[in-house]
Amino acid sequence: MLEIDNLHATVGGTEILRGLSLEVNAGEVHAIMGPNGAGKSTLAYVLGGRPGYEVTAGSVSFNGQDLLALAPQERAAAGLFLGFQYPVEIPGVSNVQFLREALNAQRKARGEEPLSGGEFLKLAREKAGLLKLDMEMMKRAVNVGFSGGEKKRAEMVQMGILDPAFAVLDETDSGLDIDALRVVGEGINAIMRKPDKGVLLITHYQRLLDYVRPDFVHVLARGRIVKSGGAELAHQLESEGYEAVAA
Amino acid sequence: MNAITLPTKRDEEWRYADFAALETLAPEAFGEWKAIELAAGETRRKCLVLDGSGPELHRVRLTVGEGARAELFAVNAGADYTRLEVVVRLAENAHFEFGGVTIGGGEATREFVTRVEHAEPEATSHQVVRSVHWGQATGNFLGRIEVARDAQKTDAAQDFKGLILERGASTNAKPELEIYADDVKCAHGAAIGQMDETARFYMAARGIPPEVARKLLVRAFVADAFTALADEGEQERMLDAALKVLGEAL
Repeated sequence: MLEIDNLHATVGGTEILRGLSLEVNAGEVHAIMGPNGAGKSTLAYVLGGRPGYEVTAGSVSFNGQDLLALAPQERAAAGLFLGFQYPVEIPGVSNVQFLREALNAQRKARGEEPLSGGEFLKLAREKAGLLKLDMEMMKRAVNVGFSGGEKKRAEMVQMGILDPAFAVLDETDSGLDIDALRVVGEGINAIMRKPDKGVLLITHYQRLLDYVRPDFVHVLARGRIVKSGGAELAHQLESEGYEAVAA
Repeated sequence: MNAITLPTKRDEEWRYADFAALETLAPEAFGEWKAIELAAGETRRKCLVLDGSGPELHRVRLTVGEGARAELFAVNAGADYTRLEVVVRLAENAHFEFGGVTIGGGEATREFVTRVEHAEPEATSHQVVRSVHWGQATGNFLGRIEVARDAQKTDAAQDFKGLILERGASTNAKPELEIYADDVKCAHGAAIGQMDETARFYMAARGIPPEVARKLLVRAFVADAFTALADEGEQERMLDAALKVLGEAL
């Protein structure tokens, strides 16, 4: 589903990704763990197409398409969702307005009919309920005045509404307390744990993986995957530390 | 007949004006003040859309009687130099509300110049101006607030924000407070910035194309100028008038 081959990328002239290769098949959840500065967020942004993140070598294929040739909005319409570590505040634009624009823009790009206001609200209510986010919050400006946990739950509501084929979730667990972690974890499972979908979970800690069981765990260090294994690798990392495991 | 004094670049209220455009206007235009008087207790609202193709000069003198309320909302989207100048005199307990948007590209200068005189006690004024420009265009807001010696309990607020969409465009803000009373509240703020690239990427990552994202962000930005406009239909009409030029130019 997602094939990353020998990916090299620079940010501000500094090489951050140095030959990263990874393959995720439909139905799989992969976790990428690694120390600060390893290139985890850079990988997420490169996949999302953020300006300033320059690919200097390698390729990324998404369902047979050259992902890197697509503009960010085209990647979204193709079914890629990027969950932000720091969701962005957009004053003056409500969540409802934002997501309806987003969903209908994606549908239009795929040649589908737009959803009516009523249909959209029904969908939004259902997904907000799944993440236990008050519908009143959906009427407020995007992420403005939201706590860290609310922002992350709102991200997952967005994911639920947009229903992507593949999700790259960048430290979705940061800023969450134990209860919110469970809600978010169950949300990810409900939305993405399906035979035709794939997930790349980027995380610093093992705790989210207690709720979203990964099929594969990879250790990212110095811009490349240095070790891969099953779910047990996450536990080993947690108890022994990155240095010992990744050395 | 009164002699008309033509402005020069040295006049503070004209310092950012486009004099090449002003020279094309007849001298009489500078003497044409529209006088509007609100009686005590009266409330009046005016919504203006200035989107002409040639240089325009609009000068208004507002006299707001005791306890009266004057509301003025304006979109300044002229294709050439367009200036709206408002001089307001507030009697006791009167209120002046101003919401203005200057928006556009090309090479035009678009400006609001307000002078609000709090002549008597307990009057209030509230001004919100947003400016969005691209190309080689310039947006100006010159806002002067005068509080007379007797005008205790004056509450005056002025808020300006400018958005520059492209290198080459510019915006000028010139707040001026002249306060002679001691028990007053006068707040003013001015900020100028660029489009939030992080927000644009966030929107793109959700599937929203750049031109739609820009429209949503600009709409949210200018909407502040019309939040005090109670009539929602009018509010929409003003926003649409402001955003109309955005699609044409970028």
